[in-house]
Amino acid sequence: MAQTNEQQSNETVKQTESKQTVYNVQNLNLWYGEDQALYDVNMKIGENDVTAIIGPSGCGKSTFIKTLNRMVEMVPVVRTSGEISYRGDNIFDRSYAVEDLRTKVGMVFQQPNPFPKSIYENIVYGPRIHGIKDKKTLDAIVEKSLKGAALWDEVKDRLDQNAFGLSGGQQQRVCIARCLAIEPDVILMDEPTSALDPISTAKIEELVQQLKENYSIIIVTHNMQQAARISDNTAFFLNGELVEYNDTNTLFSTPGDKRTEDYITGRFG
Amino acid sequence: MNYIDEQTVQKNMGNRIKKNKMWRWLFFSATMIALLFLAALAYRILTQGIGGIDWQFISGFTSASPERAGIKAGVVGSLWLMAVTAPVTIILGVATAIYLEEYAKKGRLTNFIQTNIQNLAGVPSIVFGLLGLTIFVYVFNIGEVILAGGLSLALLVLPVITVAAQESVRAVPTDVKEASYAMGATKWQTVRRIILPAAIPGIITGSILALSRAIGETAPLLVVGASTAIFTLPNGIMSPYTAMPIQIFSWTQQPQQAFQGVASAGIVILLVILLLMNSIAVFIRNKFQNRY
Repeated sequence: MAQTNEQQSNETVKQTESKQTVYNVQNLNLWYGEDQALYDVNMKIGENDVTAIIGPSGCGKSTFIKTLNRMVEMVPVVRTSGEISYRGDNIFDRSYAVEDLRTKVGMVFQQPNPFPKSIYENIVYGPRIHGIKDKKTLDAIVEKSLKGAALWDEVKDRLDQNAFGLSGGQQQRVCIARCLAIEPDVILMDEPTSALDPISTAKIEELVQQLKENYSIIIVTHNMQQAARISDNTAFFLNGELVEYNDTNTLFSTPGDKRTEDYITGRFG
Repeated sequence: MNYIDEQTVQKNMGNRIKKNKMWRWLFFSATMIALLFLAALAYRILTQGIGGIDWQFISGFTSASPERAGIKAGVVGSLWLMAVTAPVTIILGVATAIYLEEYAKKGRLTNFIQTNIQNLAGVPSIVFGLLGLTIFVYVFNIGEVILAGGLSLALLVLPVITVAAQESVRAVPTDVKEASYAMGATKWQTVRRIILPAAIPGIITGSILALSRAIGETAPLLVVGASTAIFTLPNGIMSPYTAMPIQIFSWTQQPQQAFQGVASAGIVILLVILLLMNSIAVFIRNKFQNRY
């Protein structure tokens, strides 16, 4: 049993090596005013991988994922040092437009946050922002995105209804579809199932498995079973430090750090 | 052993409940006193004024004889004033609110501006009248016309509308704004497509309430030179004018007793217009309240 695990993990490592790097994080430090939230994070994230980020509350995992699309800058007192290169370009460069970055890197939030508009209007928001006006193209995008988010069959007859009328799980899938509509390269998910019931959670997890065919996914979760179920690689954060980063099987079966072991065996957190 | 003594608790119980009732009645009476005065005011105005309202009163100009005095010039003048005040204040107020809430970096300067806008909202209206007189009538030499009056009223209600608009903009949930930014929207796109549509009911409600304050203002208009007796309707923003409260004020200054009734009739018309504006505001608020 241990052998098969090791074989599998060896294979995964090989795969990872042959893959393109989407994100290369180097010596990332981040402060909220005087409080340092991230310490010297170094991490490479591969294409078409599902990368899970785990850790106890307040460990910096949400801060980290929000740094990847610079949403963290919504907090005015944030300062960073170090570098994050996305497909070879440093996203902190002055010349790197944050709008451009966020067009390629979509995000799904913890609380489903659809716009108070119809389902259709929610999905076409992104494409419209980027200048697409043709009704036929928009219709096609809506169908493709909703199918991509496994929601098309449930809502195709009521696209003009307000997205607020949907259940929490459906709202979250509207948000995923809305994110797919801008045809991103990477999808960041910040605890996307923490506000959802088990059935909706299972649907989103299944969806993540389908989406990794075409997208690189980075998902923050406080649910270790979820990380183990859906991710290829897992990063464990503690007190703002990246403690351990490895392929998911290895990290959960033979953690290299005592703190990782304590956390995944439930001794704290 | 127990720290809480059952007997002491029982002994105090009656007293506590009595006290509770007493406060309830005290608060209730305070409300009733306000209502009583309002009712007395309404009764007095209506009994004195309602008899004076007929077609002659609504469609006539003011006159030296109380029987023939009408409020037409006042109503039309007030509407002209609002036609100047409303667009100026709403555009400036909403733009200021959006700048302060969405663009300005939070810091000392923003706090300073914020505090002063709130202070301005509390400045007596006659001060704005003097400001209007100095700037519009003397410096820009516009003259004692609708434009000068409308702009002075605009100064008066601008802080109120700005604060109301700021509150509506602030009420748009952060997570919805974040969703927009996370899709690569610029600030302007987010303001136009997400924030403004969500804030507009609140902005309209606040604006109508602020304008209904402006329409009842007398002092600043007296200062910037609204006429008290005028016998033609304005034909543009550069015409001399009068306004409802000015007309009413001038009637109360007449020596003949009968003019008091005319003034009351004018007040009824003014109140009807104010109530109408407030009901529209309430209607808009209720209609769009539950968007989030």
